Amino acid sequence: MVAFLRYLINGISLGSVYAIIALGYSMVYGIAKMLNFAHGDIIMIGAYIVYCVMVYLTMPPLIAVLCAVVVCTILGIVIERLAYKPLRQSASLAVLITAIGVSYFLQNAAMLIWGSNPKVFSSVFALGSLRLLNGELVISSETLLTIGANIVIMVALTLFTGKTKMGKAMRAVSEDKGAAELMGINVNRTISMTFAIGSALAAIAGALLCSTTNPNLVPTTGSMPGIKAFTAAVFGGIGSIPGALIGGLLLGVIEILGKAYISTELSDALVFAVLIIVLLFKPAGLLGKPMREKV
Amino acid sequence: MKLKRSTVDALTSYGIVIAAFVIAQLLISSGSMSRALQGQMIPICVYIVMAVSLNLVVGISGELSLGHAGFMSVGAFTGAIVSTWLLGAFNMENTTLRLLFAIIAGGLVAAVAGVLIGIPVLRLRGDYLAIVTLAFGEIIRSVVNCLYFSLDAGRLYVSFNSPDIPGKMIVSGPAGTKAIKTIATFPAGFVLILFTLFIVLNLINSRSGRAIKASRDNRIAAEAVGVNVTKYKMMAFVISAMLAGMAGALYGLNFSTFTAAKFKFDTSILVLVFVVLGGIGNIWGSIVAAALLTVLPELLRAFSDYRMLVYAIVLILVMLATNSPVLRGLFARLANLLRGKGADAPEKGGISRV
Amino acid sequence: MSERPKRRSTTKMVPMPSQAIIPERDVHDIPVLEARHLGIEFGGLKAVDDFNLTIGKTEIAGLIGPNGAGKTTVFNLLTKVYEPTTGAVLINGRDLHGLSIVQASKLGIARTFQNIRLFDKMTVEENVRIGLHNQIKYDMLSGILRLPRYWKQEKRQHEKAMELLDIFGMQDLADEVAGSLPYGVQRRLEIVRALATDPKLLLLDEPAAGMNPHETEELMENIAKIRDRFQIAILLIEHDMSLVMGVCEGICVLNFGRVIAKGTADEIQANPVVIEAYLGKKKEAAT
Repeated sequence: MVAFLRYLINGISLGSVYAIIALGYSMVYGIAKMLNFAHGDIIMIGAYIVYCVMVYLTMPPLIAVLCAVVVCTILGIVIERLAYKPLRQSASLAVLITAIGVSYFLQNAAMLIWGSNPKVFSSVFALGSLRLLNGELVISSETLLTIGANIVIMVALTLFTGKTKMGKAMRAVSEDKGAAELMGINVNRTISMTFAIGSALAAIAGALLCSTTNPNLVPTTGSMPGIKAFTAAVFGGIGSIPGALIGGLLLGVIEILGKAYISTELSDALVFAVLIIVLLFKPAGLLGKPMREKV
Repeated sequence: MKLKRSTVDALTSYGIVIAAFVIAQLLISSGSMSRALQGQMIPICVYIVMAVSLNLVVGISGELSLGHAGFMSVGAFTGAIVSTWLLGAFNMENTTLRLLFAIIAGGLVAAVAGVLIGIPVLRLRGDYLAIVTLAFGEIIRSVVNCLYFSLDAGRLYVSFNSPDIPGKMIVSGPAGTKAIKTIATFPAGFVLILFTLFIVLNLINSRSGRAIKASRDNRIAAEAVGVNVTKYKMMAFVISAMLAGMAGALYGLNFSTFTAAKFKFDTSILVLVFVVLGGIGNIWGSIVAAALLTVLPELLRAFSDYRMLVYAIVLILVMLATNSPVLRGLFARLANLLRGKGADAPEKGGISRV
Repeated sequence: MSERPKRRSTTKMVPMPSQAIIPERDVHDIPVLEARHLGIEFGGLKAVDDFNLTIGKTEIAGLIGPNGAGKTTVFNLLTKVYEPTTGAVLINGRDLHGLSIVQASKLGIARTFQNIRLFDKMTVEENVRIGLHNQIKYDMLSGILRLPRYWKQEKRQHEKAMELLDIFGMQDLADEVAGSLPYGVQRRLEIVRALATDPKLLLLDEPAAGMNPHETEELMENIAKIRDRFQIAILLIEHDMSLVMGVCEGICVLNFGRVIAKGTADEIQANPVVIEAYLGKKKEAAT
């Protein structure tokens, strides 16, 4: 029972990271209508920045995360401008291949800069841990922080898209680009903003991911969590903030429980099987809206 | 007589392959090809078949498959098992015959996998389809990592997720294949390429191939004139899977031991890079790109650190050049300046918005 | 625009037992199309509601109405792009309920699209050959192995495709890439491709859109030619009133997803409801 609770909490922690990454995926997919394959690699870059600032510049963790957020935000905007914007009118096949190219570019650039040896990510936020049930159930501060960060980000983003002008503009652009433009919304700026927010979240997710489940940082660290987070975004419903949260948490719990009770080898397969089943039977996800092809 | 463009393309493809084979054989027999390069001959054949077969899905049927290496993996393991089994159980000493059966078996099993995966995958469109092929590629890898095969007194044993089976191991889960006789040969690779070209080119220039292309160019219009789009997408997908399985069998039998990790997502992407650089939909382009990009890193060892980085940059640039309206014009003019006005790869690489 | 010759249809339209009207010459045949109480809702909004239409075996009919009236939605219902929420579509008496777009095509319904949908990267001849997909067949293996059946059927496809292109004066364009053709020619090719499927009913979605008066005149001749030569029925959506009034025998007017009037060109032009809803705004075009 305690073991199950421990797995569950680990699952929620991993799921919280997925949820934060999924938000970035979901927002970009909702607004730019593209699958930003490189999103996972921005997580990786973020984690490297955190590592470097902490280890080489011996700065406190908070500053390191802030630096990562800044770098990733700029990176996200630059990538969108250089690689995706020229293809905004192109077929989705072309955009997706370009995104894969960007993903590979980031991975290999990281490989050249930081090498392929893993950087061991010693806990960024070591603050002791919470002991429950007579010390049988230990919940680390990283886990609590991850879950907390997830909640804060969800609330903040919900308020942002609901209350602020920019947030409303984002919703308008995701509904209908053409109409939004006619209403005087700067579509290019809105899309840039979306990439900026998504990338900033990716940086935070990178720090959290490497402090909790994935301490060995390598250039490919981001790709699997990235793809799984996309699964989470689809699961919950692309474009929906609560959808990303629910999808992320469910997926994290499924993965950890699968690892614990079925097979480590097959836990990834399980996650992807969830993706396939969701796409086949509920392609709009749990909370998404179905779309209709125009003829 | 004015030849049709499709005929010219087909002749170019066969011509390139035959000429390259003859030259390579001459170099090998005269002893002027390095050992390292000779070792690359079979992988080159394998990657050409992989690229041409992926081009059938990406270029001709217009769907992005990110799990092509999965079918290669299925073929490789099937081929290794069948070859070892034929030797152990039937004493089939003739390596050519064993290779032939192994390749056929690899193709068939991969084709079955193609059908099973194609049924759900082809109900989806665009990005979702691509991501699900990726998911299946990873699922194949995970499942293969849990498979154990052994041969004991001529009998084949299989187990899932447990190495407790009698006799000599052939496949041992995450550790991969064990001591497989390497029977793949360069001429066999050459024949496999010709076979692939025969199937793909003849298919493209037939009623079925036109239906596949029509489904790509405009799905609704194709259905409206009575083309069963799903059937033809499935046809392209399964044939492509079969050919990848055959290539996989040849690849596997070139190594005494290999693991499922050889066929991860990176391999799928590598093949996609060949297809994109050779020109999406351009068969002979795939052949040239696959051969050059497999040989180049061997020739330029110093450059190998930057290889994937350069691939990534070139991938992005090719997509921008062929699909961005502004850059397209610029690159077209540049290309004309550089190459005269012969090749039209950039134009072919463009993807129509559906 | 006014100097264009007007070709008034002189067909006598007679009522059917179902109260629909069709040309007198088609009375003894099963109507090629019967739409009964057809309707579809998108998210609670009735895009088309209680749509009824009967078309005789060789009738040329028109479907008109203001923008957004639901005309293209009707086409999508008839060709099974959408499954209707209510009602039924009958082609030659066969109910299309539950059938796919492909099956509807096989029953003899063909269409063109408002926003041209050609196979852009294929040649003109290949486009027509796709239209012949279910007319002149051979299987995949004969194609790959180049069996005798491949050569024989390929030859037949080529001949048939050229014959169809010839009718519309396009035989010289056979090897051109469809996407590179001028707009008007693309529209014509779409019609040829639709005809290649050997339809009983041809649906044309704004065939004259973007055409100059001369091309429209040519189109009118072609529409009449298609009917006479292939002996099929044609239903067209069109905003060019001179074309509709000139070539259509029966006309159906749609507004806000509902039929507001039906009749011959003269009846429609005299109908006060139509004038109010539609022609009132475009009087110049109608006279």
